[in-house]
Amino acid sequence: MREEKGMTATQPVAGPGIEASEQPGVTGATSGGVMAGGRKPGGDTRETLYFALRNPKVVIGAVVVLGFLLVGLIGPAFLRFAPMDYAGPPMAPPSADFPFGTTTFGQDVFAQFVAGLRSTFLVGLLGGGVSAVIGMAIGFVAGYRGGLIDELLNMLTNVVLVIPGFVVLIIINAYLGVRSVPMQALYIGVFSWPWVARAVRAQTLSLRTRDFIDLAKLSGVGVGTILRREVAPNMYSYLFMTFVLLFGGSILTAASLDFIGLGPTNAMSLGLMMNQAVQWSALHLGLWWWFIPPGLGITLIVGSLYIMNVGLDEVFNPKLREM
Amino acid sequence: MLTLTQLDKVYKTGTFGSSDLHAVRQVSLDVQRGEVVSLIGESGSGKSTIGKMVLHLLDSTGGSITFDGRDVTKLGFRARRDYYRKVQGVFQDPFSSFNPIYKVDRAFETLRRSYFPRVSSADWRKRLEDALGAVTLEPDDILGKFPHQLSGGQLQRLLIARALLLDIELLVADEIISMLDASTRIDVLNLLGELKGRGLGILFVTHDLSLGNYVSDRVVILYKGRVVERGDTSAVFDDPLHPYTRDLLASVPHLDRTWEEVEVEEAERTERLAGRCLYHEAVAGDGASDGGEVPDGVGLVEHAPGHFVGCFRKAAEEPCPAA
Repeated sequence: MREEKGMTATQPVAGPGIEASEQPGVTGATSGGVMAGGRKPGGDTRETLYFALRNPKVVIGAVVVLGFLLVGLIGPAFLRFAPMDYAGPPMAPPSADFPFGTTTFGQDVFAQFVAGLRSTFLVGLLGGGVSAVIGMAIGFVAGYRGGLIDELLNMLTNVVLVIPGFVVLIIINAYLGVRSVPMQALYIGVFSWPWVARAVRAQTLSLRTRDFIDLAKLSGVGVGTILRREVAPNMYSYLFMTFVLLFGGSILTAASLDFIGLGPTNAMSLGLMMNQAVQWSALHLGLWWWFIPPGLGITLIVGSLYIMNVGLDEVFNPKLREM
Repeated sequence: MLTLTQLDKVYKTGTFGSSDLHAVRQVSLDVQRGEVVSLIGESGSGKSTIGKMVLHLLDSTGGSITFDGRDVTKLGFRARRDYYRKVQGVFQDPFSSFNPIYKVDRAFETLRRSYFPRVSSADWRKRLEDALGAVTLEPDDILGKFPHQLSGGQLQRLLIARALLLDIELLVADEIISMLDASTRIDVLNLLGELKGRGLGILFVTHDLSLGNYVSDRVVILYKGRVVERGDTSAVFDDPLHPYTRDLLASVPHLDRTWEEVEVEEAERTERLAGRCLYHEAVAGDGASDGGEVPDGVGLVEHAPGHFVGCFRKAAEEPCPAA
């Protein structure tokens, strides 16, 4: 009797203890299984969106980037002065008339900031776009065709990879006199594709041995169609993240070039603003409103893009998800 | 219908292709309409390589492939497209034969875009239902599903249905049974038998002797890229001559016989054939070897009507046991 009592007494104690220790593991395993199973059909845009909108890194990154983009897009509508106009009193601190103050010459820093944002996004879009297109084209073709073509393209990739891109860009900018934002973006794009090509090539190499590629060949479909309709869709998420990184990288490179005085002459950019601020000793004169906005803008945009990238990685790869 | 003559496949391996790997050596065989020919061999025997060369997924190094008397060894893109109207393949892994991110319908849609762009949707739907009916699948259960939602047997039958949408005359079935559950195997096997009844020629690649025995009219035994024995299924299975075939057949468990019985029978045969080589005896006898001039050690002689056997050496590099 007593023993039985003891049993019944200990059992409930042991019960919850076991449950408590096992439960998280069990639920974790099943939810992981459901996730992995549900993710397989890929094209599940809704699910991807679901996780993207619940990932703080993606949301915060996107809000910051889109916020700046919005300012750049609709900002000019509210401006009373052009970026280079001598609009007001020189060296005026931020005020109601000039929210970001004025430069040594009385130019409106806010007008410059808005114009700079536009060219910053343009550089990111164009530079990132150009390098993504080149890198993907070379990566797809090299990985898919293999053989001699692969060897040659791989050699080209490695050569461009070891060229100190930034130094070449400095030379190009200095000697060829690149003086417009699109040209600058183009040159940046031409020198930043190699690692994209290598990564895309590696993934294509593994995808092309799958049977569904053979099946597409048996359907009498050409190489281009196979790459476009069978190979690329399997790595859309990766390509998208690559573009985000290239976007940020291009912005950073452009800002560096602008800052050392190799920026566009006929346009305003955030890097150029900092360049001018330094040239006219804004630092010594205490004109913090001249260099803080562009510096902070670049830092926030690029930083947010990188954080967004980490978040997207978690969205696309269920193993990295924290929930 | 399909004839392979002294087909070779050599892979360059090592640094700068310094050494050769003979995956397929001087293989000659033929497949007629309404006939199943099994290619039987262990891993690395070159059986899948032959299947892929017939399907033009791999280039051959030497020899020729003719289809209905036309040489199809080297085909341009257009000619290859026409060839695939007549010749189709089904692969080993049904799950990898479908692009995992798309619904299974897409495999059919690709075929339609490629070969039947002018067929109306209603007409196509009808053809699709006919083809699915032929492989005993319910269209409503299958269409609109993702590959992972279907069983291996269903997917494999889908792939056969896909081939049936074209007016094919030859089907290359590359280990299509090996990834299937025992319960679904028989469906696919019987389907092959039915297709054979419709006049289709089937090249059935397998490593499973009993499957080869069950479905095929003729068998080709491959070892290290070389045909060691070929002939009518009953002839080869009842009276295996080549040492490799004998080993292979002796290692199959029988339901109705004990190992001892099998071993006794095999011992008798070994004794009868020990130290001999039917190939070299026949070649020395009348000098007539099948397939004309072939390098020593890879030819075949007709031992009995329709039953060919090669030199009794195992690998092509080894010396002949009778020498």
